[in-house]
Amino acid sequence: MGRVWALARKDLLTEGRSKETLNGLLFFAALVLLIFGFALGPDPERLTQAAAGVLWVGFILTGLLGLTRAFQVEQENESLEGLLLYPGDRGAIYLGKLVGSVVFMLAVEVTVFPCFAFFYNVPLWRALPGLLLTAALGTVGFAAVGTLFAAMTMHLRAREVMFPLLLLPFVVPVLLAAVKGTEAFLRGAGRAEAFPWLTLLGLFDLIFVTLSLFAFEWVVEE
Amino acid sequence: MGQDGGRAAPRQGGIALQGIGKAYGAAWAVRGVDLTLGPGESLALFGPNGAGKTTLLKILATLITPTRGDGRVAGFDLRKEQEGIRESLALLAHGTHLYEDLTVRENVEFAAAMRRRAGPLEALLERVGLAEAAGERVRALSSGTKRRLTLAKVMLAEPTILLLDEPFTNLDQAAVALLQGFVAEVLARGGSVIMATHDLMRGYAACRRAAVLVNGRLIHEAPARPGGLEALRAAYVAATGTQGG
Repeated sequence: MGRVWALARKDLLTEGRSKETLNGLLFFAALVLLIFGFALGPDPERLTQAAAGVLWVGFILTGLLGLTRAFQVEQENESLEGLLLYPGDRGAIYLGKLVGSVVFMLAVEVTVFPCFAFFYNVPLWRALPGLLLTAALGTVGFAAVGTLFAAMTMHLRAREVMFPLLLLPFVVPVLLAAVKGTEAFLRGAGRAEAFPWLTLLGLFDLIFVTLSLFAFEWVVEE
Repeated sequence: MGQDGGRAAPRQGGIALQGIGKAYGAAWAVRGVDLTLGPGESLALFGPNGAGKTTLLKILATLITPTRGDGRVAGFDLRKEQEGIRESLALLAHGTHLYEDLTVRENVEFAAAMRRRAGPLEALLERVGLAEAAGERVRALSSGTKRRLTLAKVMLAEPTILLLDEPFTNLDQAAVALLQGFVAEVLARGGSVIMATHDLMRGYAACRRAAVLVNGRLIHEAPARPGGLEALRAAYVAATGTQGG
């Protein structure tokens, strides 16, 4: 696990230094929420109905950009080659990149929540624990597949197009479960209604992380 | 400096390749390379651009799986025991493998963590002349200084198999001397070194054997001995039509 944490720490430190991605993503997420909020109008019921979907559109778009950036760092100076030369199981590289991406995406999401509450008039405090749990489970599932596909497409010339094209169909089940879980907590329906969706998310996370872990070595081989 | 966990690195040099080939589609980058290098031996690998030198080094470094052939590196099977090979090996490649937004020290600390090396890193930074620049971000360094830092990461690996791909690029005389000293150290402790380069003079002087790779084939291999450079140069010119460095 030492290598996993070392890699995740390195990614977060690198991102913390440059801040270019973090600032860009926060601005982008806030813009998505504002534009959708503006388009949906002032009707509170309409806003509440659309809120969960809009929130996850924001998370997914910022997540796509964040995951692309996570592997761009490894392209500079052929650093991925350097990572592959280190001893030990290459699964540690996948897990390190995954942990770094999840922490980074969660940091963006936590910062976006107050903005979301403001634009969509959502009683955030009551729903916050459930929302955070759903966001964490959804983010792990999304980043699990995203990290694998980001590694797979990093050398492609058209990676900006290919990455979302390949990734999004795979993560549809995660997104649907995440939106339904978020919706249940926003409506105040309670844990009973959200539980099946959270269980589904947990299951997807387990499957996606396991499969991606095994596929990673094959994906990064030249 | 030593390992603080994980699999113990075998202290054994030696490379043995039989019929190693690598194809990309219909094009063969490396064809039927047989090569034996014992502990304490070094080989200078010459060849023009596109000859397959880098591909061969990457096969040895487990970055590329060969299409054909078998081999053992540091006593480990090239196909089945790649983790063992990576424990024993360091590659000084074209890319610096550095993170530009991290400092010199952070880059070395990261490499140490990934290699599970414990112990203070000051002596290593001092040795490569980067102790005073330890807190500087890599982005602010000159290309020569970055190359020194890459060399420090290679030294950190304490390899028994050292692969050098155009190692003299961007190195000043002091850094070249440092590299040569390190190569001598690896050989003295029974390691094996392969140096791929265009620079016939330096490569020949630095290694005990020399070989020429052209179109993926090893066409000439001989011990490096005084006066032997001309024979190697003749073989190189005959095969490539160019003079070499």
